[in-house]
Amino acid sequence: MVSIQNLHKKFGPLKVLNGLELDIKEQGIIAVLGPNGSGKTTLIKSILGMVVPDKGEIIISGNNIKKRWNYRQEIDYLPQIANFPGNLKVQELITMIKDLRGKPAREQELIEYFRLQPFLDKKLNKLSGGTQQKVNLVLCFMFDSQLIILDEPTSGLDPVALLQLRKLIQQEKENGKTILITSHIMNFVEEVADRIVFLLEGKIYFDGTVEEIKTTTGQPDFEHAIAKLLSEDHV
Amino acid sequence: MNVIIMIVPLIGTIFGVMYYYNSREFTQLLLAQPVKRSSIFLGQYFGVAISLSLSLILGLGIPFAAYGLFKSPAIWDFTMLLITGLFLTLIFSALAFNIALSNENKIKGFGYAILLWLFLAVIYDGIFLLFLVYFQDYPLDKFSLAASMFNPIDLSRILILLKLDISALLSYTGAVFKQFFGTPLGTLASIGMLVVWVILPLYRLKKVVGKKDF
Repeated sequence: MVSIQNLHKKFGPLKVLNGLELDIKEQGIIAVLGPNGSGKTTLIKSILGMVVPDKGEIIISGNNIKKRWNYRQEIDYLPQIANFPGNLKVQELITMIKDLRGKPAREQELIEYFRLQPFLDKKLNKLSGGTQQKVNLVLCFMFDSQLIILDEPTSGLDPVALLQLRKLIQQEKENGKTILITSHIMNFVEEVADRIVFLLEGKIYFDGTVEEIKTTTGQPDFEHAIAKLLSEDHV
Repeated sequence: MNVIIMIVPLIGTIFGVMYYYNSREFTQLLLAQPVKRSSIFLGQYFGVAISLSLSLILGLGIPFAAYGLFKSPAIWDFTMLLITGLFLTLIFSALAFNIALSNENKIKGFGYAILLWLFLAVIYDGIFLLFLVYFQDYPLDKFSLAASMFNPIDLSRILILLKLDISALLSYTGAVFKQFFGTPLGTLASIGMLVVWVILPLYRLKKVVGKKDF
């Protein structure tokens, strides 16, 4: 589905991605982990074509994405920080994005799911961070795309919404979607992820299941296993 | 007239820069959607430039029309003023978008944009004048023709001056200018130059947008 070969990206003197190779064929949830500044967001933005890589190829569903834009029709993306134009109302924003995609959407169902009805007529800059994130989630999940990319989906959500989000992600997984997630909340990752991709210094440092991480590091606890992975120079 | 020639570019510059920085969030939102990059930015550019042009046409047109413009013989001069005003709006908002795109820092971008306006509106003329004074022993008519071609504000000013038939005030140089700009070829060349001034920044805009990271 997604195949990334020898991806390089520099921001000035800073090498963010350094020959990254990644193949995603299967359906299910793939978590991209790594310390701050390890290139998670850059990787995701490269897949979306928002960052232009210096070298390397990204192939999505058999097409090289360089200088193309149509493939984004098949990707749902949740940005890390909900940066919305503040002078739009929630309803206007949803309608606009629907117009842009020209696809059937299930926004009504999601608005009810996240209890956003009272906010539909409010302007986006008047909403709290958590509510903005919920709008963000609605915008992301309302189209039925095969590939879903979530960059820090948990940020700013209250426990109830977090549970709802977890349920939603599981549901999408059962529908046979491929979901790419980055997160810093380890027990969230441990619970949902089928495969862990651990980035360090712009390369893939570890690639496997949660169980595999635990056995290679010899740690029974996922959080400690990740910490051990970071502190040691093995694999 | 001079007011228009100075103020229209200033407004185009400031609105162009301001709009670009203000809609950054919006741009980021759109970039993740299945929309072509160049259509996002060209769309934003034309959105700004066309609305500024409309406000210029309406803002100048309505009072003049109320004043009885359509019956007066000055209508062609006035049309010329509007056309150059339109070009100036297009040129300077395109330049402003270029500057804003190349500068992440808002204050820097603003500074450069205003500096550009100041340069083309005032400083360029100053340097031009200095040249003319220093090299007054040489024949300068060719040079001054060329030099005024390279500044859209000067070019517009001359186009309007010649239309107004006050070029007699400019003595010998005026005659040379009239000889060049007054002919259909000259008018065509200068309008062509203005078009080039619109196309070049837009071309750069398109190129930079294709490579930029967001």
